[in-house]
Amino acid sequence: MARLIMRQMQDNQAGIVTSVKAAGELGRRIRDMGLVPGTEIKVQGRAPLYDPVALRIKGFILTLRNKEADYIEVEVQ
Amino acid sequence: METTIALGGNPNCGKTTLFNELTGARQHVGNYPGVTVEKKEGRCVYNGYKMRITDLPGTYSLTAYSMEEVVARDFLVNESPDVTINIADASNLERNLYLTIQMLELGVPVCIALNMMDLAKDRGIEINAERLSKSLGVPVVPIIARTGYGKQELMDTAAAFADKKEKKQPLVISYGQDIDSAILEMEKEICAGNFLTDIYPSRWIALKYMEKDEQLLAKGRGRNAVLSAKLERIVERVSEHLQYTSDTYPEALIADYRYGYIRSVLKQGVLKEKYDKNRLYASDKIDKVLTHRIAGPVIMLLILFGLYQFIFTFSEIPVKWLDAFFAWLNGLASETLPDGLLKSLIISGIIDGLGGVLSFVPLIMLMFLGIAALEDSGYLARVAFMLDKVFGMFGLHGSSVMAFIVSGGIAGGCAVPGVMAARTLKSPREQLATLLTAPFMNCGAKLPVFALLIAAFFPNHKGLLMFALTLISWGGALLVAKLLRMTVIKGEASPFVMELPPYRLPTLKGLATHTYERTWQYIRKAGTVILAVSVVLWGMMTFPGLPDSEAEKFDQQRNTVAQSDKDKLTAIDAAQAEAGLKYSIAGRIGTALESISWLAGFDWRTNIALVGGFAAKEVVVSTLGTAYSMGNVDPEASDSLGEMLTKSPGWSPLTALSLIIFIMFYAPCFVTVVCIAREAGSWKWGAFSMIFNTLLAFTLAVLVFQIGSLIL
Repeated sequence: MARLIMRQMQDNQAGIVTSVKAAGELGRRIRDMGLVPGTEIKVQGRAPLYDPVALRIKGFILTLRNKEADYIEVEVQ
Repeated sequence: METTIALGGNPNCGKTTLFNELTGARQHVGNYPGVTVEKKEGRCVYNGYKMRITDLPGTYSLTAYSMEEVVARDFLVNESPDVTINIADASNLERNLYLTIQMLELGVPVCIALNMMDLAKDRGIEINAERLSKSLGVPVVPIIARTGYGKQELMDTAAAFADKKEKKQPLVISYGQDIDSAILEMEKEICAGNFLTDIYPSRWIALKYMEKDEQLLAKGRGRNAVLSAKLERIVERVSEHLQYTSDTYPEALIADYRYGYIRSVLKQGVLKEKYDKNRLYASDKIDKVLTHRIAGPVIMLLILFGLYQFIFTFSEIPVKWLDAFFAWLNGLASETLPDGLLKSLIISGIIDGLGGVLSFVPLIMLMFLGIAALEDSGYLARVAFMLDKVFGMFGLHGSSVMAFIVSGGIAGGCAVPGVMAARTLKSPREQLATLLTAPFMNCGAKLPVFALLIAAFFPNHKGLLMFALTLISWGGALLVAKLLRMTVIKGEASPFVMELPPYRLPTLKGLATHTYERTWQYIRKAGTVILAVSVVLWGMMTFPGLPDSEAEKFDQQRNTVAQSDKDKLTAIDAAQAEAGLKYSIAGRIGTALESISWLAGFDWRTNIALVGGFAAKEVVVSTLGTAYSMGNVDPEASDSLGEMLTKSPGWSPLTALSLIIFIMFYAPCFVTVVCIAREAGSWKWGAFSMIFNTLLAFTLAVLVFQIGSLIL
């Protein structure tokens, strides 16, 4: 078990969100999409230019930029 | 009595499909008052119940985060529909219920339509609708919107609501000790002061204060500033406490507890997942290829290029038929009508004007069909995903792609809905940059002009050139966006948090509806605005007529020529018509502009057409048509305009190219300018887009023409 910033995750790596530090609009937007502590996520892949990242979460695919992923901490196996 | 029904749900949950299924063709598209969010309404009769169904904009939440959310929330509160059908995607229930919970907290009478039960089953997801209904205390109806399965039961449930008409108690969720006690304290104040309680439930008001909801805070301050300040102080106190004890803040905690509540509901035997969560579905497998680092962009270019080839190949024949039809109509009118102003008005003003625009309908229809297919299949979201990095570099947002594509990024859109699509951008800076650059795209109205010029001057490279023009418009738009973001609209980038919907095979009905709606909009515009403009322009080109002394000169010339010398007579007629046009109001404007426009290779006729193009870009074609058929009264006038241009002196492939570039970048049409001003919230930006774009376009056109002239 290790804690990582989401940006550092590898493709196909899975983990559980432990904290979302973003506030304001970004924070609200992230939470509206279900990215809250305790949520299981998996890095599905990245865009051709390595940014944004695509996550599998609660049965759908969510995309966000790397610099937005920096606010999210994940516990990985 | 009419039963009012609202249709709410997440984007991509099948809401539009269900709406079409329920209302059929009896739809009315308008706007919500004060804003430009599209409002779709439809009526249907079921079992003697007259129902009016309103399709709310798709949202993930009911915060005041976006215009769509505010509109949806205000509709539920102000119009208080008899029942709100909340469509939830069964294969994605947890996130979909987040919206449901917020509707229930608002005390709205809700009926859940659990959509895509078939897809969920394929994915090994089993949902016990009865238990879900019991846990949430609302009816749950499993449906498959695509096939119409469950529609009957859904309508029965909705009708039952209409009969009851009972006020529903808002759902109460615990948000933990700290927040709960603060909310109770606030509720007391709210109830004692009758603070907004005529509109919202008291607990909901307290909750929104906790979430620092901007819309509600503004309303509250307006209603009772003292009480509002008191409530804000309570929120401040809780915020500080939470920050100190657990490094979080109320809004985040509230979201966590909402999801916690949803999970506890789902765990009570509502949701069973048979398969491994990380299993790859067909959609994921497709993504492995379509968004692949190398294959992805290549395939994207191929798909977009293929679209052009498809559109141009298949539209050629019907376009020819329509051309022939209008030529026939023209011939008929010129044979049967007596000479005079009326004949001139009908032929040059109406038939040519309308024909020039309508003969491009097959082209535009196929374009819309292509866009609808990309949109409905889910591929368009992938395009945004793949291009976000690039857009970010130019100070834009991945979602700007939508505005650009709708505006004509895949040639054939319209800048008006494109500019409106930019509303999904939350950052005012990126939205403004998108608003100002999206009109550079090759919209459906510029296409007829380009198609005409390309067919006439570059007949052997149609597809290739059209593709090149698209790249030029994209490149120009991005560079200008960067320029704007570095100068007049500086500032930070806004978030890119977006759903990639699963790939779906577009339904024929969906494609047909989309294509029909958009094409019809285009035809309606052509039939009204363009026709009016065409007639006004005809007037400008006809009046004032040549003074008698001038006209007599031509008559004298005619008398010197023998009646049998047809060629000479036609030449004189043409010269007279041309002199007449030059003498008219339009001719005078065009001639005055010629003193600078020659730098780009435009003569006064082109100038007239470009001035007309400000009303709507397709008018450029009809005006050129009018200008040339008037200045050349030839029995062979039914020659297509393209051929006429190639034969005219002063026209060369270089002139055509310079004109194409100018049209691509100059002032957006009047309707777009109005929309830009409205979206940007200031006429300043509308004026900016007109002046800046025209100067930019002229500079580029001059560069193309002058450098081209040197080389060739």
